[in-house]
Amino acid sequence: MSILGNRVVRVEDPRFLRGEGRYVENLDLEGALSVTFVRSPLAHARVNAVDPSAAEALPNVRVFTGADVDAHPFGPPPHWHIAAGMERPLVARDVVRFAGDIVALVVSGDRASGLDAAELVWVDYDPLPAALSIEEAVKDEVLLFPEVGSNVANRSGVEDFDDGLFDGCDVVVSGVLVSQRLVAAPLEPRSAAAVVGDDGRLTVWATSQTPHTGKMVVAGLLGLDPGDVRVVSPDVGGGFGAKMVEPEAVLVAWLARTLGRPVRWTETRSENMLGLPHGRGQRLSFALGGTRDGKLLAYRLEVLGDGGAYPALGAYLPNLTALMANGVYAIPKVETRTVSVVTNTTPTTSIRGAGRPEATQALERAIDLFAAETGLDPADVRRANFISTDAFPYLTPTGATYDSGDYEAALDLLLRSAGYDALREEQRRRRAEGSVVELGIGLAAYVEISNPVGEAEFGEVEITEDGGAILRTGSHSHGQGHETTFAMIAAERLGLPVERVVVQRGDTDDVAKGTGTFGSKSTQIGGVAGRVAADAVVERASSLAADYLEASATDVVLDVETGRFHVADVPTPALSWAELASKASADGRLGELRVAHEFQAAPTFPFGCHLAVVEVDTDTGKVELVRHVAVDDAGTLVNPLVAEGQVHGGIAFGVGQALFEEVVYAEDGYPLTGTFVGYGFPSAAELPSYERIEMVTPTPNNPIGVKGIGESGTVGSTPAVHNAVIDALAPHGVRDVDLPCNGENVWKALREAKG
Amino acid sequence: MTNVVLTVNGERREVDVEPRQLLVYLLRDQLGLKGTNVGCDTSSCGACTVLLDGESVKSCTVLALQADGTDVTTIEGLATGDGLHPVQQAFHEQHALQCGFCTPGFVLATVSLLRESPRPSEEEIRHALEGNLCRCTGYHNIVRAVEAAAEAGA
Amino acid sequence: MIPAAFTYHRAASVDDAIEALGQDEDAKVLAGGHSLIPALKLRFARPSVLVDVGRLDDLRYVRDDGDRIAIGALSRHAGLVADAVLRRDCSVVARTAALVGDPQVRHRGTIGGSVAHADPASDLPTVLLALDADLVARGPDGERTIAAASFFTGPFETALAPREVLVEIRVPKVERGVYLKHARRAQDWATVGVAAAVVDGATHVSLASMAPTPIRARAVEEALANGAGAAEAAGHAGEGTDPPSDVTGSAQYRAHLAHVYVRRALEQL
Repeated sequence: MSILGNRVVRVEDPRFLRGEGRYVENLDLEGALSVTFVRSPLAHARVNAVDPSAAEALPNVRVFTGADVDAHPFGPPPHWHIAAGMERPLVARDVVRFAGDIVALVVSGDRASGLDAAELVWVDYDPLPAALSIEEAVKDEVLLFPEVGSNVANRSGVEDFDDGLFDGCDVVVSGVLVSQRLVAAPLEPRSAAAVVGDDGRLTVWATSQTPHTGKMVVAGLLGLDPGDVRVVSPDVGGGFGAKMVEPEAVLVAWLARTLGRPVRWTETRSENMLGLPHGRGQRLSFALGGTRDGKLLAYRLEVLGDGGAYPALGAYLPNLTALMANGVYAIPKVETRTVSVVTNTTPTTSIRGAGRPEATQALERAIDLFAAETGLDPADVRRANFISTDAFPYLTPTGATYDSGDYEAALDLLLRSAGYDALREEQRRRRAEGSVVELGIGLAAYVEISNPVGEAEFGEVEITEDGGAILRTGSHSHGQGHETTFAMIAAERLGLPVERVVVQRGDTDDVAKGTGTFGSKSTQIGGVAGRVAADAVVERASSLAADYLEASATDVVLDVETGRFHVADVPTPALSWAELASKASADGRLGELRVAHEFQAAPTFPFGCHLAVVEVDTDTGKVELVRHVAVDDAGTLVNPLVAEGQVHGGIAFGVGQALFEEVVYAEDGYPLTGTFVGYGFPSAAELPSYERIEMVTPTPNNPIGVKGIGESGTVGSTPAVHNAVIDALAPHGVRDVDLPCNGENVWKALREAKG
Repeated sequence: MTNVVLTVNGERREVDVEPRQLLVYLLRDQLGLKGTNVGCDTSSCGACTVLLDGESVKSCTVLALQADGTDVTTIEGLATGDGLHPVQQAFHEQHALQCGFCTPGFVLATVSLLRESPRPSEEEIRHALEGNLCRCTGYHNIVRAVEAAAEAGA
Repeated sequence: MIPAAFTYHRAASVDDAIEALGQDEDAKVLAGGHSLIPALKLRFARPSVLVDVGRLDDLRYVRDDGDRIAIGALSRHAGLVADAVLRRDCSVVARTAALVGDPQVRHRGTIGGSVAHADPASDLPTVLLALDADLVARGPDGERTIAAASFFTGPFETALAPREVLVEIRVPKVERGVYLKHARRAQDWATVGVAAAVVDGATHVSLASMAPTPIRARAVEEALANGAGAAEAAGHAGEGTDPPSDVTGSAQYRAHLAHVYVRRALEQL
């Protein structure tokens, strides 16, 4: 009986429940100095001088500035096609480009005195005009990088729009959706620590989703041989796409080498709100055309994206948005254009969904507008235009090849489970009664791209002397439960109990290579790599067992129920893993039972449908989410318990964008939402329990049939809630509400509709 | 520096602290109890929740000196031996944790809640946890865990 | 995250606290700490010495004093929520205490601390203003009673003299009292708060987060006194107010909310 598909509680839980999480801040690092970063309070300014004298007057304090730090700047990798000349120096020298840009490093004996000293570092700034919004930046009047001559960091899509795109359309609806800037807000702020060992090797601990990439970056920026660098990313308290490799960790490493002492850093939350890259920040202009009876013919999407001050992944993401522009619909003509600009704000990066929520938010808004314009039911418009089940693999007009999907079944399942007709009936009844509190029902059908760049992942299985197994994975877990799910995958192939498979990850000395975890790719490449490696180990073990059983290798099988090797159809004599390992070890052959594999596969396309029910108080504007029903199909479910948790978290994240969250900059370029008071992401009191309905449509792209589920809940939830709010207000003449649909934005929309 | 004497997880501890030392840093840095986490700087997130004289408090918003003479329970003080406290067990069974960073705070907030209200409704639970933030779980399973713990008579 | 350095004095009595406050003009009183310590951590406040009155248990009580209820300044919010005398004779105070912060905050924060901190967005000061509560302060020259109407003088400013310690809050016994709070999240400060109470036959209305201090909605009260109904009286909610604009709401939105919640509070009264 396969363990896959079972709700297995997590083997990693005990240490977290007992308060023994191995977070970087908890690391015992004897004799470590503390570093505090001095950050610009200004969005754009020339730095004339940095005067450390008052700070250095404090005992045991030393200050370093940009002039001292001899390291290469941070540059984006070429495949993101970011304009040249916009690299980020680790420490700003002549100019600061966002509030939060690092201008000095304060090294102290402890954290408290570091904070005291940092306040005393005096920086002479000459403020410059700042381009805080994408609308301002795209004018190219205030240039962040004058030598580059433009604020444009990345472009894609058509040069000129096709004037004939909507020919043949009876109905064309259009609009603008601003997918507002968000923060990731993992509960664990970032930490880093570094020490140079007696052997001269540099060890860096980092709160990173991508330790191996971190190793290459540290080596590259500090001019070191990667072999002399070890990066350890142990337990990490959430990442959501934002905790990759940042200047702070590289600077901590630089300091450790420069000072010859261990150095450590943990940021404050306020620092995290400035310094951890932000996400979303796209302005989407869309137009959707079709026939009056509901057939979609053409879609145009234009994206203006915010890369922040130093463009990197965030400036590239509109490309993914464009790639997923047409979503689940068979729209014959799709035209996209994206432009990303730099602004004097915190740089942007991937945050849960990374470009795909934005695509879905615009498209699902367009679908509802189309439905309103044609008078058709929003569910019917969707159903009539889904890519059909016999069309897979489906090449979209935007160039994505969808692997598998059954969009109509997802919608049907959702509507049935949610009781859609009864909800509409309830809405009709309440509208007839004329209550101040309006009921809104919103739908979203989505498809998203996981493992978006079609990467490979490393997995290695090794049998230990006592007959257990180690699975080393290049994936990283910061809440996803790989220690259990990957162990399940390997255990199933090896015929071992889950507890006998120990998953190792996060240490570049333990695991030879890896790409880390993001883009919901880890199970489908990392978990599968472990499976392939396990299968290879079983093959070798069968061969080894054959030697001991004096049989031919082709005749020996592994009984996965009992974990024993024996000649086919001859249950005894048999060798358990423990017996086999013991013999092999005695003969010096245990090393044969260690196989590494890199598994590469094309992207997969999880999909689903969400339905949100909201109540909107039309006097105050306040929105309450009263029900959220979700169908999220990510193929085979390795561990439904863990998958559900990912969906729940994804939904909460998306509802946060729909109703609560936004990064807001004051005119002076400093965020007004720089703490957990100003930036209010929801607590349990603001959210309901969710109704998740399972649906499984396997992918042909890997032997398990699994896609990625980590971001699905987020992609589907925001548009469902957004549509629900607007649906609630339709009788009041409201056709749009700005995200987030908080009380004020709802109230504004109601006022504008009243005229 | 001032001397502080308090009971932590049943043990008498005596520490010298600076007046500005927060209780959470006394626990973490001076007593080596690193299970209590710091997630914010505005008393919003509750990751630092401990029990002080039996009641849940945010240890980041209590000076170490204010804890002099008190009885503090941290996450490390909940489980007895190799077993888990019923609330910890419920969190485990209901998959109410993912990255684990907020978990000690939620567990202690739950212990405090169930002492004051042994059979809370879902609405009561959600409001009782309004001072604890989680970014991973969406709270659904945390609520299930509290319900399960209440059911088990935790 | 870590306050600037200060020295600490634990007061053995109120008089000892008064004495300690007199020794340094940058001294601040520490009670529950849930207004002050957050300000210290962000370094918005940098007192040179903290005078901790938190152990003065004789300031922690609720007492039926005939026509008034006496609440010791160090009573914690959680204690007020549960107090039988308050729930019976001035339940609006108990119900409002339940809305302050979150459970952990309510276990530590004190009514006196909240009142002395005088955040214009805070709940209990707003209710006390509507109740025409009396604040009792003790200083080097003895005790005096300050009417709530004179107590809140500016944002985070009160009529307390530098060496005075708030010792008691005295509220009338009130059967009809309501406090409505509009906030983005349950743990947040009020975007707008409205307190309404019938005190000695007159309806009092006060507002949180509509001005530099909690304020009485005098125009609403006048309209009511002249016989206006709830809806009509609520139309005057914005008069005399000066609401802030911040991320939780613009001034215009706040003005709108005040109107809505004043009407609702009066209807629920």
